[in-house]
Amino acid sequence: MIRTLSMIVDGKEFSFSAGKTILAVCRENNIFVPTLCHDKRLLPHGGCRLCLVEIKGVPKPLASCTTPAENGMVVTTSNAHLTRLRKTVLELLLSNHPNDCMTCEATGDCLLQELAYQFGIRPGKYRGAMWGLPLRQDNPFITFDPNKCVVCGRCVRICNEVVMAGTLTMTKRGFNAMPNTAYGKPRSLENCEFCGQCVSSCPTGALTDTKSRGKGRYSELTRVRTTCSYCGTGCSFFLNVKDGKVVKVTSDYDGPVNQGNLCIKGRYGYDFIHSEERIKTPLIRNTDGFREVGWDEALQLVADKFKEAIAAHGPDSAGAFSSSRCTNEENYLLSKWVRCAIGSNNVDNCARV
Amino acid sequence: MAGLATSLGAGAATNSLAQIPELDTIFLFGSNPTEAHPVVSLYLKKALQNGARLVVADPRKTWMAARADVWLNLKPGKNIALLNGMINVILERGWENKVFIEARTEQFGELRNKVAQYDLERVQGITGVEGDKIVEAARIYSQAGKSMIIYGLGVTEHRSGTENAMAIANLALVCGHIGRPSTGIMALRGQNNVQGASDLGPLPATFPGYQPVADPANRKKFESEWKVPLTDRTGLKSVEMLDECVKGSFKALFILGEDPAQTDPDIGHIRKALENVDFLVVQDIFPTETTRYADVILPGASFAEKDGTFTNGERRVQRVRKAIEPLAGMAEWEVMCRISTLMGYPMSYEHPSYIMDEIARLVPAYGGIHYHRLENGGLQWPCPTDDHPGTTTLYTDLFSRPGGKAQFVALDQQESGETTDDDYPITLITGRIREHYNNGSMTSRSLGISELVPEEMVEINPLDAERLGIEHQQWVNITSRRGTISVKAKVTDRSEPGSVFMTFHHRDALTNLLTSSHRDPITGTPEYKVTAVRIEAGGAVLN
Ligand code: SF4
Ligand code: SF4
Ligand code: SF4
Ligand code: FES
Repeated sequence: MIRTLSMIVDGKEFSFSAGKTILAVCRENNIFVPTLCHDKRLLPHGGCRLCLVEIKGVPKPLASCTTPAENGMVVTTSNAHLTRLRKTVLELLLSNHPNDCMTCEATGDCLLQELAYQFGIRPGKYRGAMWGLPLRQDNPFITFDPNKCVVCGRCVRICNEVVMAGTLTMTKRGFNAMPNTAYGKPRSLENCEFCGQCVSSCPTGALTDTKSRGKGRYSELTRVRTTCSYCGTGCSFFLNVKDGKVVKVTSDYDGPVNQGNLCIKGRYGYDFIHSEERIKTPLIRNTDGFREVGWDEALQLVADKFKEAIAAHGPDSAGAFSSSRCTNEENYLLSKWVRCAIGSNNVDNCARV
Repeated sequence: MAGLATSLGAGAATNSLAQIPELDTIFLFGSNPTEAHPVVSLYLKKALQNGARLVVADPRKTWMAARADVWLNLKPGKNIALLNGMINVILERGWENKVFIEARTEQFGELRNKVAQYDLERVQGITGVEGDKIVEAARIYSQAGKSMIIYGLGVTEHRSGTENAMAIANLALVCGHIGRPSTGIMALRGQNNVQGASDLGPLPATFPGYQPVADPANRKKFESEWKVPLTDRTGLKSVEMLDECVKGSFKALFILGEDPAQTDPDIGHIRKALENVDFLVVQDIFPTETTRYADVILPGASFAEKDGTFTNGERRVQRVRKAIEPLAGMAEWEVMCRISTLMGYPMSYEHPSYIMDEIARLVPAYGGIHYHRLENGGLQWPCPTDDHPGTTTLYTDLFSRPGGKAQFVALDQQESGETTDDDYPITLITGRIREHYNNGSMTSRSLGISELVPEEMVEINPLDAERLGIEHQQWVNITSRRGTISVKAKVTDRSEPGSVFMTFHHRDALTNLLTSSHRDPITGTPEYKVTAVRIEAGGAVLN
């Protein structure tokens, strides 16, 4: 028997299924609770203390991302006291954060920026020492700006918990804590899968996609949700487009198959789209190679030659190979074309792999 | 997928990928998901963290094999002997699911008699796997609560690929491990839309939706939608079309988005066919080995340039959405409509969504699939009606065969088409790596990826390397009965002694000059996984 569980959040009653955290119940019901170190792909962590809530009968506020929801709980997600606590957390985080939003790659897509705006934090309340560390671009895909790291540990946790690649660990302690690779070696195929999960989880501009830097920021980009064309897993993601060019792939955290995770091909294998080597016009063979022609000429020739073959040798002398790379609709149409316009059933997958 | 279709009814994975973390037992067979299907491997890793046991059958010591409770390091291609051996162990010890066998299957007697011939000693001799490990694997799998067999191209890319899949179905059925959430058989295929491309009909003997052209009722249905008389003659398979090209009786061929002159085995034969056919049209986004033979090359549109759908390996139909205009002005579906119209059979659609509506009218499993229903995460077929939610788990009540029962198929281990001998003593296995895809035409043109894995290498076990005097990074010549290529050696214990591994992603080292033309006679899938070769330390590049 399924027991109905319910709790009261900010004065309203919500039912939920067993095994959820308070934060999960809030998210399900569109109740905003600020978070920084939380990613639904990861195990509850409770590091940043932004998601604190008050629970009736519990003396101190608790982190909603790690506290299990219990039947009959009465939860407050926001009041003057909680706001003060959250502001302090944010002020401390911003105390050594470079005040760099105007040129930062992540502007518009940065949790820290959003929360600072929401809580009306201005820089300078606490003046911390700045790190002043150099930008790390020691691999083809991932840029690390240590100065923008809020040490939430999301990159380290996703690399270890989800990818199990073990590329990243948290090194040093306290103020100097920082995610890093073993021995600070550059990411390479020896130690990293280049899946970019760490970038997808980073809430700030500390980790960014190198190939997309400078090519447009959140507000300038149009995001189109689509399905990966590489393998049959069918991961979903967003193509980010600016001025008719695909400049970046970003995670679709609601993707039914992948929940925002991708592999190197899906995340970084997109620039073939605008490769100079793309075939740009139809080509017809002539004596010394190929001649560029317009669509009309090429398609007329194709139609004529197929008709000729059919007239001279019958419909069974013509056919087509379909592609497991093309869409369902295109495969259907190719099959329809062979059966209806050619009049044979000579249509087959080319390599059945 | 003909194997699963014969045994169970449909040629498709039985469950959803998202069910994998709930597994208590994983049986990974001939699949290397950390390389070939990385995001599926994330689900498997989650299951391992949740305490699932892992059995791996693979000739190579993959990431998963290295972490398995039992690694069945079988010789390449000896899948049926191993599976028969496991079933025999299960039956001998009474570990089978008698209730399930009785209620939901047929032809058990034949299977029992057949596997009885595969005692441990014999199976150990054929497969090279120690008997104890086979017993332990059989125990773990048969006693599991929720388990999936997840298999890959290491199962299908053999001459007996279809039978291999049936042998896997036999094992799952004997244990009753099918037809429940997180319990079934998942096949991980190579290309992104293999499932959809099979479902939607470019097959010589069936209309879209696997509906035989020989059946007059099917022809009538399609004739009334397509408004043209249709032939009842079964068409030629792709291999047969190529053979007819070589003979000179095939005159006009259209190749859509594939590169058989690089990715097909025994490309010598393919080249002859492509040279010989009178008129060859190739539509692709890049120049390939195959476009070199074309009379007309038509530009293709990448997935970013068109609307449509793909069907993934768990039968989920998902939207592909146009992000930019087709760079060459037209997408493939528009080109096809234009050609057909010019040939006197008018086709025109305002948008691909209308093509899907037409598919829904003709293909029962896609009957309820329309674009407006795919906005949030797609739908898994069968989805027969507009209010059907799609199907996550197949066969919960009935199998989709006549009578509703699954069937056991008694099978024997076949020799591979290729066998090793004194001249060609080593088995070459071909496969994929994470960073590249198929002929590499997309990945090698993506910044960063080409730099990470710029060239083909052959993986060779340290013992073999030492015996042959080959060092890491040294150039070697690999010779099969069909040709020789030169690549650098990568000395690693991921390959077992006696076998080496290469991919086919690189155009400058055409692995498929080596592979044979042996194929699975039922599906035509090439035997990429077994090629007999010899390896010699080479000097510079030889050509
Ligand atoms: S790219 Fe993937 S493997 Fe590499 S550090 Fe990031 S999460 Fe880890
Ligand atoms: S790099 Fe990003 S994800 Fe990693 S600890 Fe720093 S802020 Fe968090
Ligand atoms: S992102 Fe990787 S795992 Fe996902 S569909 Fe694309 S190629 Fe496959
Ligand atoms: S989100 Fe809960 S502690 Fe960071």
